[in-house]
Amino acid sequence: MTLVNGKDFKGRVHKALKDEELRANFRRAMDGLMGKRAMQFTDGDEWTRLRNLGESIKKRALSKLPELLERLEENCTKNGIKVHWARTVDEANSIILEILKSHDVKTVVKGKSMVSEEMELNHFLGDHGIRALEADLGEYIVQMAGQMPSHIVMPAIHMNKGQIAKLFQDNLPDTPYSEDAAELTAIARKELRREFMEAGAGLSGVNFAVAETGTLCLVENEGNGRMVTTVPPVHIAVTGIEKVVENLSDVPALLSLLTRSATGQPITTYFNMISSPRKEGEKDGPKEVHLVLLDNGRSKVYRDTETRDTLQCIRCGACMNHCPVYTRIGGHAYGGVYPGPIGKILTPQLEGLDEYPEHASASTLCNACVEVCPVKIPIAKMLVRLRDENSGNCPHGEHPLKGRGAKSSTIENAGWSGWAAMNASPATYKVATTAMSRIGNLLPQSAPMLKEWTSVRVKPKFAKKTLHQMAKEMGLKDE
Amino acid sequence: MSRTPIEKPKSVYFFGTCLVDLFYPEAGVAGIELIKREGVEVIFPQAQSCCGQPAFNSGQRDKARDVARAQLDLFTKDIPVVLPSGSCAGMMFKHYPELFEGDVDYNKACALANRVYELSDFLLNVLKIKLTDKGEPMRVTWHGSCHSQREMGVRSQPKDLINQLENVELVELKRETECCGFGGTFAVRQPEISAAMVSDKADDVEATQAQKLVSGDCGCMMNITGHLDYRKSDVQGLHLAEFLWERTNDPR
Ligand code: SF4
Repeated sequence: MTLVNGKDFKGRVHKALKDEELRANFRRAMDGLMGKRAMQFTDGDEWTRLRNLGESIKKRALSKLPELLERLEENCTKNGIKVHWARTVDEANSIILEILKSHDVKTVVKGKSMVSEEMELNHFLGDHGIRALEADLGEYIVQMAGQMPSHIVMPAIHMNKGQIAKLFQDNLPDTPYSEDAAELTAIARKELRREFMEAGAGLSGVNFAVAETGTLCLVENEGNGRMVTTVPPVHIAVTGIEKVVENLSDVPALLSLLTRSATGQPITTYFNMISSPRKEGEKDGPKEVHLVLLDNGRSKVYRDTETRDTLQCIRCGACMNHCPVYTRIGGHAYGGVYPGPIGKILTPQLEGLDEYPEHASASTLCNACVEVCPVKIPIAKMLVRLRDENSGNCPHGEHPLKGRGAKSSTIENAGWSGWAAMNASPATYKVATTAMSRIGNLLPQSAPMLKEWTSVRVKPKFAKKTLHQMAKEMGLKDE
Repeated sequence: MSRTPIEKPKSVYFFGTCLVDLFYPEAGVAGIELIKREGVEVIFPQAQSCCGQPAFNSGQRDKARDVARAQLDLFTKDIPVVLPSGSCAGMMFKHYPELFEGDVDYNKACALANRVYELSDFLLNVLKIKLTDKGEPMRVTWHGSCHSQREMGVRSQPKDLINQLENVELVELKRETECCGFGGTFAVRQPEISAAMVSDKADDVEATQAQKLVSGDCGCMMNITGHLDYRKSDVQGLHLAEFLWERTNDPR
């Protein structure tokens, strides 16, 4: 079963908008998250300084990405971490399967990893007889529900306590119905404890991979990340190639931006720095550590200097928390792994505009995401670029995206040509606007565009005289 | 960041914007009157049309450039260009330089961009206008457009102006800075999402129990009042310029 699908965006939107419980869940959660973040950045100057720093760190890392990746490999290898390169999702999945098979692993416990969602790793392993168990509470919940994460930081944010209580009651034997958050957490904790001890391998994502020292940094709140990376005998980390940073000294600023933007926390409960497998004489830690570096379209995004900025993302989720569209439709409506503003620009770049033709248009370009992005990704500018590529007739940037022209429409292009001809010539503009103010109101509601507009609004009314006419009557200088 | 304030000029250009031109000319007239009352001459180039934003935001960059180019030669004197719209001002201020990158008209585009002001910012910070309220007591609420806030740095200016009016009580909208769901062609390309957004906004507007919704952008206004009228609400929408002029001018 694949849950990833860019087509029928509007169908899913329709369904989501009708689901009042879902709407309420998102509204409540996003209001809370926005409030928490705002409390973290009350000093505007500090915010500006820190995000400039964050942006420059990521830009510097990207500017020498190939070199840093090689250095990362070199230093990880020195530390005893085995590094694997995967060009595609299939390659990454096979690499992981091989590792697991060689250790005869039956169950792998997982910390949160969006890259593993990108790989649909759980399904893949399941097909090969290996059970993948999500150990992050949110992921644990969506896995139990047979769903995908609806948010990149809080995977089960679309559900409320009542829905989770019901899910646990239905799926876990001998579990009484409880809506108490602490009790629900305790139930999951008890279930997971045993699994951590018995699992043959642990899998995690990576937040920052430090080239200088070969260190993998993992940010989390529940301790499940610590467990999956220390208790099982084998630890496999998977990450996209854009997560590399140059120096250890680059990490504090990014970490601070990440936790404050994501959950409004000055720091998370756990911050793991993984630098090697268990050494001689050490009492804990995995015997083997693997790092799988996944490309999956990222180097395509990278080679165009305009779209490259997309790779600055540190996956904090602030853009979706502040997005008025995401708040209304929720994460699943997007149909991809990454929802919200970052998903709107990243998914079509990775998968193709033809696969996700509606993503670029599902934004008012309100810039709320741009305002809060801690690494200053110009999301709105990128959406406009994707729209240009979607229409197919005014390409720019150095490299076309897959699926260019996915929304190309002869009728629409003709309409815009007419519009441009009218607005670029003063004489035509005057004739046209004067005519519209005389007869524009006679347009029927069924006219193109008016039909959608008037589904919830009255028809706009053309004024009897244009401002041009009035300005002339006022005797304003025309020069 | 709002625009750097400059000395009060002797004259300014007024760029009306196409929406004001066709649907809300009174808002344009009111903006012009407000500037004139401060002793500043207003020049209105009759050859102006649209800033090009509708095409720019619709994946039609070339057409946007054609239309934008037609504006570049109309506002050449070194005086401010004032717009009764944060969104169109944002298009010129922020996106013209980007749109004309590598183009022969790049310098012209930047020169124009640098002189662009959103009306409320101009009234407050350049003209340092002082308003005397002549109207009846009234309760209003304010909706600031996304682009005026986030592209032009216009956040408190309109509210500061409204708060100068003695008899007007300004009630803040819940989620004041959230988009109303207009987004130009977004409203017709994604009509269901847009409908959900505007309906939430209208709920918030009605919850303030304001008599009027004041806004500085005609796109938002057309959207929100279009929906308020659709649901037969009593709240009336109008442009900030019109509201300020109505309350402060001497009836002739
Ligand atoms: S795009 Fe920016 S705000 Fe969104 S998840 Fe990435 S870093 Fe965070």
